[in-house]
Amino acid sequence: MKTGFAKGIVIALLAAGMVMPVAHADDDDDEGFFSKRNKIRYGGENRGKPLQPANINPKFQQECSECHIAYVPGLMSAESWRRVMAGLDQHFGSDASIDAQENQEITDYLVSNASNRWSAPTAPLRITEAAWFKRMHGSHEIPPRVWKNPKINSPANCAVCHPDAVFGEFDEDGLVLPR
Amino acid sequence: MLRFFLLMGFFLTAQPVLAETPESVLASIKSEASGTPGFKGFSAERGEAFYKSKHGGEWSCSSCHTDNPAAEGKHAKTGKLIQPLAPAANAERFTDMKKVNKWFKRNCNDVLDRECTAQEKGDVLTYLLTVK
Repeated sequence: MKTGFAKGIVIALLAAGMVMPVAHADDDDDEGFFSKRNKIRYGGENRGKPLQPANINPKFQQECSECHIAYVPGLMSAESWRRVMAGLDQHFGSDASIDAQENQEITDYLVSNASNRWSAPTAPLRITEAAWFKRMHGSHEIPPRVWKNPKINSPANCAVCHPDAVFGEFDEDGLVLPR
Repeated sequence: MLRFFLLMGFFLTAQPVLAETPESVLASIKSEASGTPGFKGFSAERGEAFYKSKHGGEWSCSSCHTDNPAAEGKHAKTGKLIQPLAPAANAERFTDMKKVNKWFKRNCNDVLDRECTAQEKGDVLTYLLTVK
């Protein structure tokens, strides 16, 4: 009697699991339990979600937004963040060094909130080098002339076209291409 | 009595550290510079020339802070807005020694590929204090 009941539950769970991934097969933003594990996108160089945690670290917010927006940690892999934070004295052509204690605190925050969908053994230093970024911003999506707009200046200026980039909101619905 | 001392101790340590002023920051740079042989004080004129010229690299101070330190600047690379550098135009400038040291270190490395001397920092701050 008891084993029969347990068997029933197992069968029900299996059935539910088999249906779930099919239901959202084409949704990149899907966070379903099964699809997250099974679906490898962008060769494993995929950004994570949710992007900007509610418990945002104030040191991170303060220090990382002095020269550019504080990029949401979920855009990169944990290893990428470790590499970025280890090389702040030569940060894309600028010295952005901070003291060791602050560096550790910010690194911890970035690493523990890094992309949860990054499975490739890669760790690019630039967000724009990640496969998900290139795929979503290639010439088939964004005409090259858009990038030449002086208001954009550099693809690092997410917020020009994604006004809520700082919150980790990059939805196409909110996209604003400058004129 | 013991409680009184404990309470006093609490208030004394809980007291926020008094913020520096641009003048006290300058004084602290001056005491650092006085240690160098031949130090004869700071010069606003020398500071202005230093601020506006390149030093072997791609950038000068004014590349980001503009030729007018009382105006808003723009990061030469990212384009991010930079609040005015001159204390007369921005009361927050040079009121936090840690921040001053952090940015002198970074920006001198970017502009000169080395850290600045106390003489150079003092000259620049003396110049910035003359900007109205």
